[in-house]
Amino acid sequence: MYLLWDSWCGVCFQKLANIDLQHTICTFLLYIYIFYITIMTSTIDDSDKEKALSVSVDLNNDTSLLIDIPDALCERDKVKFTVHTKTTLSSFQKPDFSVPRQHEDFIWLHDALVETEDYAGLIIPPAPPKPDFESPREKMHKLGEGEATMTKEEYTKMKQELEAEYLAVFKKTVQVHEVFLQRLSSHPVLSKDRNFQIFLEYDQDLSVRRKNAKETFGSFFKNMVKSADEVIISGIKEVDDFFEQEKTFLLDYSSKIKDSTARAEKMTRSHKNIADDYIHISSTLSSVSVDDNTALKKHFEKLSDLFEKLRKVEGRVASDQELKLTELLRYYMRDIQAAKDLLYRRARTLADYENSNKALGKARLKSKDVAAAEEQQQQCLQRFNKLSESGKRELTSFKGRRVVAFRKNLIEMAELEIKHAKNNMSLLQDCIELFKSS
Amino acid sequence: MAAEMEPPPLGDAGQTDFREIEDGEGFFVSTVTILESPEPSSPDPPSMPAEGISTNGPKQEDISLDDDPEDLFAEATEEVSLDSPEREPILSDGPSPAITPVTPTAMLTPRMGLGTAEMFERSLDEVSSWVKLTSMTIFSKNETTVRRRFSDFLGLHSKLASRYLHIGYIVPPAPEKSIVGMTKVKVGKEDLSSAEFVEKRRSALERYLMRTVKHPILLKDPDVMMFLESSELPRAVSTQALSGAGILRMVNKAADAVNKMTIKMNESDAWFEEKHQQFENLDLQLRKLHASVECLVCHRKELSVNTASFAKSAAMLGNSEDHTALSRALSQLAEVEEKIDQLHQDQAYADFYLFSELLGDYVRLITAVKGVFDHRMKTWSKWQDTQLLLQKKREAESKLQFANKPDKLQQAQDEIKELEGKVQQGEKDFELISKTIRKEVSRFEKERVKDFKVVIIKYLESLVQTQQQLIKYWEAFLPEAKAIA
Repeated sequence: MYLLWDSWCGVCFQKLANIDLQHTICTFLLYIYIFYITIMTSTIDDSDKEKALSVSVDLNNDTSLLIDIPDALCERDKVKFTVHTKTTLSSFQKPDFSVPRQHEDFIWLHDALVETEDYAGLIIPPAPPKPDFESPREKMHKLGEGEATMTKEEYTKMKQELEAEYLAVFKKTVQVHEVFLQRLSSHPVLSKDRNFQIFLEYDQDLSVRRKNAKETFGSFFKNMVKSADEVIISGIKEVDDFFEQEKTFLLDYSSKIKDSTARAEKMTRSHKNIADDYIHISSTLSSVSVDDNTALKKHFEKLSDLFEKLRKVEGRVASDQELKLTELLRYYMRDIQAAKDLLYRRARTLADYENSNKALGKARLKSKDVAAAEEQQQQCLQRFNKLSESGKRELTSFKGRRVVAFRKNLIEMAELEIKHAKNNMSLLQDCIELFKSS
Repeated sequence: MAAEMEPPPLGDAGQTDFREIEDGEGFFVSTVTILESPEPSSPDPPSMPAEGISTNGPKQEDISLDDDPEDLFAEATEEVSLDSPEREPILSDGPSPAITPVTPTAMLTPRMGLGTAEMFERSLDEVSSWVKLTSMTIFSKNETTVRRRFSDFLGLHSKLASRYLHIGYIVPPAPEKSIVGMTKVKVGKEDLSSAEFVEKRRSALERYLMRTVKHPILLKDPDVMMFLESSELPRAVSTQALSGAGILRMVNKAADAVNKMTIKMNESDAWFEEKHQQFENLDLQLRKLHASVECLVCHRKELSVNTASFAKSAAMLGNSEDHTALSRALSQLAEVEEKIDQLHQDQAYADFYLFSELLGDYVRLITAVKGVFDHRMKTWSKWQDTQLLLQKKREAESKLQFANKPDKLQQAQDEIKELEGKVQQGEKDFELISKTIRKEVSRFEKERVKDFKVVIIKYLESLVQTQQQLIKYWEAFLPEAKAIA
């Protein structure tokens, strides 16, 4: 399928070669839509599927509700996803249907789930991050500015690289949105949520149900409450060992993983820079070889060829590292935040329970409203116990999930690194042989 | 041919510790080894002497001189056979042994290498720098150690340039001064950048000396011999940047540039036209390539730094992870990444010292080549000017003949004779410089091909090594990752 992509790319590139670069970006992104369909609806090979599910395993196994995002359209800044559902459940009107959704709709769904009281004891899967085309767009801009200093060939190659980067960002964002939905669908409780159903089914624009300005303001306060939560959670005396451990662990781990994610990103970017450098070197070498008429002519040609091949491998090293390592870390950084949110909610109910206990004591002293206070206390205790129970379940399964995902990704990354290094080595050794023999 | 020549006993492959410290310029320590090795018909680089090389210096280069009828060593061998009674059977081929004495050679191959650079302690006034060379037998001793300052190198270059450039010999350019680098070193900062600077300079000087002695004519120059041998050299003040001589040089350079634009040469020889154009193109392309490779070096260094910082954070992550097997795997990952960062750093060094410096050297060399072409133009223009002058004088003389002024006539005729001589000389000079340039250019091209080939192979091999190490590290990590329960 990548052959098809390449040929399409060539065609559209030729068309766009003369147009202003800014326009190129937009029109190019429109083309992405077409190509994406071509790629996704045709046979997706297993490795792609693997890549798609690498951050979270055992999703979409339950055939009663299967969700995927088969294609997406990118216009300017907005990405429109097509959410496709296949279900055997009677709660849905049709067995097979698709709806267009925007990124904001996903955020709405996530917030709706978070605000649902009943789910307070569950880890709500983290919301997918906003699609971010900033980095490749910047690079495209710089490329446009530096066009005069490069040869046509070099410019073409750089442009190809950038297009590949756009595509990679695009694919990543689709995947992240897909995984979000799939985690919901495979959760025994969340999959039955009404809002979730609406999200999947409602064939009109969801914007009427989305946040209006007042609600956005409300979320600002919610964030402030959350920081207050952090104070509570550290101050509260934990009754349960399990949660005590989890708390310490999660707080510490979350800051460390944030750090690791940032550094992994930097590392991947350096790899990409080196791959780009190889492009420049390769094209300069080929122009040197054109002018040279000593025995070095052939050598320079071979060397230029070698660097061209090397840069493809380096590019793949960079992107594999990105997918297996950086994406993994990024995803679990968000997931751990979701787990922390669960702990905060539980800590709040514990605080409520303790407050209700105090209130009960006071009421008993004053012999006023004792029954109401007792009622309150019982409710708080119930809520607290419910959260503790489901929380324990969720956190244990979360740990298991995390370990499995890390294992899978680390193994895959190591295997890919070895494969690419072997590739590099054989390319280099062939070139050395040629050099030594001539 | 070579086989018939009696093998002269040659000096050992001695160690040359090349420590150079400047109180005003640079200081570094390096080892220079000149050793001979047998060179049969195939110019295979002989193996390096393992012994005596103080630690981690960059590898030594070989130079092999071509079988040039003008070969210096042809003379040398004859000379020596008279002196030294020692002889040994000719080895058909084989690498030169590390230190064992007398390697008989069919052809002498000077090999010079500079070992490591270390910062030498600065004594209060003078600082010591010494170059120990195993010299050819045309030199008085077999092995010499001399101390040289950076300014001595520059002085040597300026002497050679003034003597040989204008008759068409391509004199290798000396490394440039760097005020920033030197100030850092002088301030005494023991950090990585000043050590790097010292190493960079040492390596550049080594390559400079090697190129100079590879040139058969330059090696015979008494200044070069004195440089390599004599214990004390007069201090070369004229190389200081802010001296009177320095300013004079700058003025001369500016004047030259202006002249170049005004001289319009009638190129009768298509070869020169073609070659000139070729070198112009090559110059441009090599500069571009050099810039790209410098970019690569920079990015690789960045990659190494980023990998190291990721390794640290992965280690911390592993520490805080509570699942034991995963924690262990993460710590292993951190270790692997740390080793990889070292690998990237080494690769960056190879990128730089092999590839980037080669390109930089050739950019400068090509400037020297272009300078030689310019000198030819100057010679031509001088010749033409003298011819014009002669013509004018002739016209003046014929006028005088009619005017009937005998003593002035005589004077004019004397002048004419003188000028005729000058014109002939000018023509001879021009022919000579053209011939020399042709030879030089062909030698230069041959050298270039060899140089590039050798260095590129070395560079590719360094890349291969990096990849091999990567495979090793990741293969060691894989079972750890699989062991996560």
